[in-house]
Amino acid sequence: MNAWLNFFIDALAFGAVFIYGSTGEIITEKAGHLNLGIPGIMCMGGAGGCLFLQLFAKTLPSVLLVPFAIVASFLMAALMGLIYSFMTVTLRANQNVTGLAMTTFGSGLMMTIMSRLQATVYLNKPKKMFRFPFAARTDALQRIGVMFFLAIAVAVVASYLLYKTKLGLHLRAIGENPATADAVGINVTRYKYVATCIGSGIAGLGGFYYIIDYMGSQEAYKSIEAFGWLAIALVIFALWRPHMTILGSFVFGVLFCCSSSISVIASKISWFNVTMSTTPILKMLPYVVTIVVLVISSIRNKRENQPPAALGVSYFREDR
Amino acid sequence: MQAQNNDIVLELRGISKTFGSIRANHDVNFDLRRGEILSLLGENGSGKTTLMNMVSGIYYPDAGQILVNGEEVSIASPHDAFKYKIGMIHQHFKLVDIFTAAENIVLGVESEEKFNMNEVNKRVLEISEKYGFHIDPTKKIYDMSVSEKQTVEIIKVLYRGADILILDEPTAVLTPQEVQKLFAVLRNMRNDGKSIIIITHKLHEVLALSDRVSVLRKGESIGTVNTKETSESKLTEMMVGKKVTLNIDRSDVTNAEERLAIQNLTAFNQEGVKVLDDINFTAFGGEILGIAGIAGSGQRELLEAIAGLQPISDGQIIFHRPKKNLPVTFFHKSLFEIKEMAKEGKFHDKEGKPVSFVGKTTSTIVKEVNDGNVIFNDDEIMNLRDKTPLQIRELGVRLSFVPEDRLGMGLVGNMNLTDNMMLRSYRKGKSVFVNRKNPENLATKVVHDLEVVTPSIKTPVRRLSGGNVQKVLVGREIASAPKVLMAAYPVRGLDINSSYLIYNLLNEQKKNGTAVIFVGEDLDVLLALCDRIVVMNSGCVSEIVDARSVTKEEVGFLMTKNTKEAE
Amino acid sequence: MENQNKKREPLLHITKRAVMPVWQQALIRAGAILSAMILCGVLAFILIPKLSANPSRIGEFYSCFFKGNFKTVEITWAFFKDVAVLLCISLAITPAFRMKFWNIGAEGQVLVGVLAAEGIAYLYGSRIQSNFVLLLLMLVAAIVSGALWGVIPAVFKAKWGTNETLFTLMMNYVATYLVIYCLSKWITSGSMVMPKLQVGVLPSFVNQYFSTILLVLTLTVVLYFYLNYSKHGYEISVVGESENTAKYIGIDVKKVIIRTMILSGALCGFAGFLIGAGVNNSVSDTSVGGRGFTAIMVSWLAKFSPLFMLLTSALIVFLDRGASEIASVFDVTGALTDIFVGLTLFFVIGCEFFINYRLHIRNIFKKEEKAA
Repeated sequence: MNAWLNFFIDALAFGAVFIYGSTGEIITEKAGHLNLGIPGIMCMGGAGGCLFLQLFAKTLPSVLLVPFAIVASFLMAALMGLIYSFMTVTLRANQNVTGLAMTTFGSGLMMTIMSRLQATVYLNKPKKMFRFPFAARTDALQRIGVMFFLAIAVAVVASYLLYKTKLGLHLRAIGENPATADAVGINVTRYKYVATCIGSGIAGLGGFYYIIDYMGSQEAYKSIEAFGWLAIALVIFALWRPHMTILGSFVFGVLFCCSSSISVIASKISWFNVTMSTTPILKMLPYVVTIVVLVISSIRNKRENQPPAALGVSYFREDR
Repeated sequence: MQAQNNDIVLELRGISKTFGSIRANHDVNFDLRRGEILSLLGENGSGKTTLMNMVSGIYYPDAGQILVNGEEVSIASPHDAFKYKIGMIHQHFKLVDIFTAAENIVLGVESEEKFNMNEVNKRVLEISEKYGFHIDPTKKIYDMSVSEKQTVEIIKVLYRGADILILDEPTAVLTPQEVQKLFAVLRNMRNDGKSIIIITHKLHEVLALSDRVSVLRKGESIGTVNTKETSESKLTEMMVGKKVTLNIDRSDVTNAEERLAIQNLTAFNQEGVKVLDDINFTAFGGEILGIAGIAGSGQRELLEAIAGLQPISDGQIIFHRPKKNLPVTFFHKSLFEIKEMAKEGKFHDKEGKPVSFVGKTTSTIVKEVNDGNVIFNDDEIMNLRDKTPLQIRELGVRLSFVPEDRLGMGLVGNMNLTDNMMLRSYRKGKSVFVNRKNPENLATKVVHDLEVVTPSIKTPVRRLSGGNVQKVLVGREIASAPKVLMAAYPVRGLDINSSYLIYNLLNEQKKNGTAVIFVGEDLDVLLALCDRIVVMNSGCVSEIVDARSVTKEEVGFLMTKNTKEAE
Repeated sequence: MENQNKKREPLLHITKRAVMPVWQQALIRAGAILSAMILCGVLAFILIPKLSANPSRIGEFYSCFFKGNFKTVEITWAFFKDVAVLLCISLAITPAFRMKFWNIGAEGQVLVGVLAAEGIAYLYGSRIQSNFVLLLLMLVAAIVSGALWGVIPAVFKAKWGTNETLFTLMMNYVATYLVIYCLSKWITSGSMVMPKLQVGVLPSFVNQYFSTILLVLTLTVVLYFYLNYSKHGYEISVVGESENTAKYIGIDVKKVIIRTMILSGALCGFAGFLIGAGVNNSVSDTSVGGRGFTAIMVSWLAKFSPLFMLLTSALIVFLDRGASEIASVFDVTGALTDIFVGLTLFFVIGCEFFINYRLHIRNIFKKEEKAA
């Protein structure tokens, strides 16, 4: 395959990790909750799926194994989301602090679980099933598997739900102005819980996808947490629109893949002089770009592109 | 047009509601017929809004019954109210800013149909055409004027199929033209068989719009009359009641000195609405100047403009600092300034001869100033326009301000009494550290003198009762011996004893020669306490009246007469 | 009617509490920590194979918390050193937090501090003879770069209201890759690892950590006085509590935001200097190791009071070191520390609810009787 095409497909496949993470975070943020626990939740999503595979890979037929593992990963992450919502919605704890504690807890638990799983069981054989239909390829296309298409679908459906349905309208109203939503009879608490749990579940799939499909390696789990933070950054880049994460994650993917396949690229471009220090600069770019987007959107002050107005604020009806 | 049908759609029987020790409503009876516009009339604080909040599910009555179409109902939430086809348009709009009109309207509506924004937009247009609104369903709320936002709130209620509409002071935020449009729409709705309650205290609107008027005073229903059979003066009497004699000592004004002159003051709020319109008046030292007006007539903006918190677009705020025949000091003026002023011939010496520094050395000048031999000929005049609160203080202007929002602006709720005393004075001195000794003494003194009930001066003020919070705030503001003292609604929510204590404090300041500006809502108090009253009406000064000779009805009339319409 | 009344009164009703006596607050917090420790034990049974195989070792499990922190004099000093570093970062972010400026960029601000200090030592250490001058240069470089890292988001916040939480979060990663970039430039061998430097080391006094500990203790006291007794500290509190009040008394809110973030960033830089010159004598992208985030929790748990931070940072370090000891004794991954710290934090954060709110549970049975 053409090296360039190979590179872009790789970037696209890698970006799917962020599509999951950012779409999940967008859904929680739209409910007014800045969930800094997303990195930990993505870790646990990965751990949940792998744990399921470890237990059932030998017994379940492959047709069931893939969907069930995805569901298991989703549920494990959603469970983390449930803890987060209980703390921040019901107990009205500070969202930043709770989120950070979630990340600490989640990444620690994931590390402990993963260190006890056997790659021969949970990874080697199931990997091929997840990489359907391109498992036999040896180029980047092998990484475009079931969960890649699921990621695109999730982002599109999430955008549709958020911006085209009444459900989404209600959810966005809660993130903007919970008192108004409450006054027209929307059950603020229930929406916040459901949105946070579903959002966390989706984010968790990102972690699972990274381990089982994109990387398909035993060591993959160690870098999930770092990508979790990048997923939060991507939310700003995508201006809180899930379908925009597809574009954003591709950009992030390109920048990240550049750094790994830098020498290949360098050989293609004559003026591009690669040194050891190019890699960190490329890796820094997604964050710098995010800052620039954040600053520009705050200076332009276009109302639609701002964070949800009630982001980070606990809602207590009797405060009004 | 007379209501065609006399069915009673809403009836209240013996409704009572108390908040803590304040009785908001007591045994109120009230009924509303199909296809009529009924005005609920009363002064500020007469319990109109509270009563209607119980109908719309914000509060739950302590006692009494609510009947809708003859059946007793329990309305525990706004959702319940919609169930009985009751919708209320509050004074403070509850809208999501970044949503379109139609999105706000459909928010929370339960329906079986598939959700389709185009359908919603169409229905919104249908409703607005039916009643004669003009609205673009796809316009975002943040792009809307206040009147458009109000339209959205009204359609929101109609969209839910409400047959009973309650509007809380709908005209307070509108221009006269917008008011006319609104009235036309409301008449259309009445003709369509809707029943409308409009909460107001503007008499001319009552007479122009409604079929019947129900009057509340101090939380009790005074009576309901047909609009055709009443008049402005009759309604005023029902609304304000008989004059109440208050036992406030009012000393005569002696040696009034011009202190603060407001000239052509005009200001706009953040939404670009003119909130102050060519305000002119003068406050004298040694008198209490009252400011009367319906809530939201520009009182808050006026005081904030004087205090340097509200930007003004036009006009002057002239402060006369009483310096006539007083020696100049280096505390207020630098050597350079003194030299410049001497050149302009602004000083005289102890013998009354003009002071000139020509040919004198600096040390001689310093000595003369320190000896008190350089004396002002006249009061100093300074313009406070466009000065920040800090600059005003640095000029040496002793201006105190008791704002309406006590815990949100005047004090910090989570800080203790001492730290709150410090707010005004903490900058004093060159030290890096704050001096808590003096504020502590001040706090102790205020607690003692004003009988503040508090566990200690280390208690956060948030935990004090309303009256005690106000005593702390007023105590701090008068501690600096102000030349001008502005107080916005200083007795709101206070019991009788605390109120009298505040009146006495203001009177004391008056005797000390301070120019006191008192914004009040209770006309009896204004008439008994103040020397002159500036009556404000929609951002303008209606008239300045002598508080000793004016009647309550006259003030009430000046507050509500529609000056703009007359033009 | 009865039915409708019931709907009005929900089963659980939550109201804000006025204030709870200090001893009750302490009791609730202690209870939360205790419950967390018990739950840690339960989790350990599931997660540690050697413990689930031999439950009688549970005593050993808990004793590890002591051993990991205070077994020998050296270990005890290391405990205090860890507390000092964490405390220093927590102190650094506290002025901003008191102002309700959610600076979660301490990780990056400290890291650029370490980078600046060690960069100076690595590049110029051999050329500067006096250790004192070198250390001074390192200190200044660390403080300036930390302040710079902190003030950038503050300027945007003050001018355009740019969301500071997200901005500072991003700055962390820019700092991380800046370190990697610098290492790739500086370390000519290509290993990207800076060797432990022999120059620019804080002088050993009593032992190698003592000067660090002493400096942080001094900082604690200084910051305590700054926040509670200085005019700046007072302005920070007023701005944090109510911007409206700040404007009313004439405080320039923008100026205070920028000034405070310069201070906060500078202190983070100082923490970076301590990590660099006092502890690591080197810099890598993991020099701060997540302590910039942990510090947020330390500061928040202590209600932003420098003196209470002594306790909360000690608690976190105690758990952390204890869990590390368990990991090595029971032969499991070191990630166990994160689980224990995270779990304990959940309990301590969650228990705040019971301190701030009162739960009213409707008596169901009483109502039923009445209805009958």
